[in-house]
Amino acid sequence: MYKYDQYDQAIVDARVDEFRDQVRRRLAGQITEDQFKPLRLMNGLYLQLHAYMLRVAVPYGTLDGRQMRMLGHIARKYDRGYGHFTTRQNIQYNWIKLEDAPDILADLATVEMHAIQTSGNCIRNISSDQFAGAAADEIADPRPWAELLRQWSTFHPEFSYLPRKFKIAVIAAPEDRAAMRLHDIGIELVERDGVLGARIFVGGGMGRTPMIAPEIKDFVSADDLMSYLEACLRVYNRYGRRDNIYKARIKILIHELGADEYRRQVEEEFALVKALGIDPPAAELERITAFFAPPAFEAGASDAIDRSDPDFAVWLDQNVKPHKQPGYAIVNISLKPIGGIPGDASADQIDVMADLAERYSFDELRVTHAQNIVLPHVRKVDLYTLWQRLSDAKLADANLDLISDIIACPGLDYCSLANARSIPVAQKIATRFADLGRQRELGELKLKISGCINACGHHHAGHIGILGVDKKGTENYQLLLGGSGAEDASLGKITGPGFNEDGIVDAVERVTDKYLQVREEGERFLDTYRRVGFDPFKEAIYG
Amino acid sequence: MADDLLRFRNDEAHDEPAVTLDSFLADQTNATAVRLESGDDARALIPFIDRLSLIEVSFPVYRDGRGYSSARVLREAGYVGELRAAGDVLVDQVPFMRRCGFDSFAPEAPIDPAVLKASLDRYEYHYQPAADAAVPVWKLRHG
Repeated sequence: MYKYDQYDQAIVDARVDEFRDQVRRRLAGQITEDQFKPLRLMNGLYLQLHAYMLRVAVPYGTLDGRQMRMLGHIARKYDRGYGHFTTRQNIQYNWIKLEDAPDILADLATVEMHAIQTSGNCIRNISSDQFAGAAADEIADPRPWAELLRQWSTFHPEFSYLPRKFKIAVIAAPEDRAAMRLHDIGIELVERDGVLGARIFVGGGMGRTPMIAPEIKDFVSADDLMSYLEACLRVYNRYGRRDNIYKARIKILIHELGADEYRRQVEEEFALVKALGIDPPAAELERITAFFAPPAFEAGASDAIDRSDPDFAVWLDQNVKPHKQPGYAIVNISLKPIGGIPGDASADQIDVMADLAERYSFDELRVTHAQNIVLPHVRKVDLYTLWQRLSDAKLADANLDLISDIIACPGLDYCSLANARSIPVAQKIATRFADLGRQRELGELKLKISGCINACGHHHAGHIGILGVDKKGTENYQLLLGGSGAEDASLGKITGPGFNEDGIVDAVERVTDKYLQVREEGERFLDTYRRVGFDPFKEAIYG
Repeated sequence: MADDLLRFRNDEAHDEPAVTLDSFLADQTNATAVRLESGDDARALIPFIDRLSLIEVSFPVYRDGRGYSSARVLREAGYVGELRAAGDVLVDQVPFMRRCGFDSFAPEAPIDPAVLKASLDRYEYHYQPAADAAVPVWKLRHG
């Protein structure tokens, strides 16, 4: 894992001091709420329906036990004893007092953490593959590149007042576990002639106008990456729309210009920017990469697992994924208990996960964009004991990628932008499908719920998506089918008229019933949908 | 207005009124001071930068960040005259603006000098090179 040096620490410490001063000026009435807003937003502090919400960055979703424990400490000391892991691999706290925020940042800085650029119209936390460094299918660990980007984008003087927020994801495997092409910039590391470089996609996103990012450049070497990205951002900063907040994301610019014209402008800008010498030397990427060296795996660790406990065997099959190192496995901890709030964890659970990471996973954890936690490097011989410890903490739900592993935004229970509640719908659907045997019979089924058109719950990318809208003062839920945020990225299609809260649960069940009727051997729901098309499902839903 | 002008230059403030970019390009190319609106293309001034003494970049609202790119484009092209940020310029933005090459400021609302000084002094290190003299952290690390 990356460790701060004196420079990184000095920058984060200065940020704490700066924000403390900004809060002091706000509390003293020296600046108005309107003037304070961009300052607090640049630091992840939102004013929500009931209180301030603070979003803490977990760069590329990686953290260690000490950092995880600090997240538990903050939940306990400054919030109501829990935190909410987000689709951008961050954590947010929903009940923060403004006057406490500087102290929280100071606490975070002691463990090399911060809330820098977790909101605002700037480059947000860089996200990545939650299995980085462990996945059997990766060509490299994407995180050194993500850290390079974190540093480049932190307090970028030119790109801190962009037309709109800007999200970047980096992956390095053919399987896309980070919804890379649904980001403003998606980077896939690829190899060419033995050299690692970046394949660049620009202009993806969800929101009210979902788009899958087109490829803008097939290969950018590490030596040119910063210059190329500065060119991408500069074209956007100069020409992205600022007249309408709903058309201000880079996807709209690229849609309006066309990918070819955008690419041409970027190339022209790149030729100028490249001459400025802003690219760090290869030694910097090498320095960062050294921090992500594989942990000291035990050679010859056994691949044998005792499956005699049936509940353990189910969890093993559902939540444990292959690791590139023999004798090791990747463990997914579901934060989706039936009837719970997707992505929430109590301070005590956070502490347990920190302990288990230290004991069983070389002191590493990951946050996933599906709002779960990963222990990336677990010896297979430890899996049974680990599972027992997780069970004791109510963290052993064996529902990864099943219908109850729901992504949901906070919705109208917390969010000032929402039109409808998301959490109760997620709870009702999970409860309807509570039987694990039934869920496993349905297989991989990614269900995603957003409480408004801004799509924080990724409903466009759900195999089944649900969008909450306000219809004449009552909550109404639209159903979408056929989306995917993976390497086969696609956008879901709205089935027809919406439903009330109970009606949407019934509609989902009619869809899954239809799937069970028509599926062929080995097909996931998404495969069947793509084969038979929209109509059979529409007919099943509306009769 | 002039009382609130903050300058980080040693020369005398330029007193010729700035003309708009359109006027400058149309029939006032002898002017030595030009005002860029946030949507104007700063590159249109590049052929003339050697004889311009003041370029004023407008910030109609603080959220409109196009002026940051305008400033960098001009500095990267070699402009050494006064580069002024004018309009909705807030104290917490001045450090970013300084890094993008602005060296004078005409804020609509007065800026508290003590807060400004603290803001400008706060960050000893910067990750990325920009239009100022700051040495990026990667260079400090690797020489």
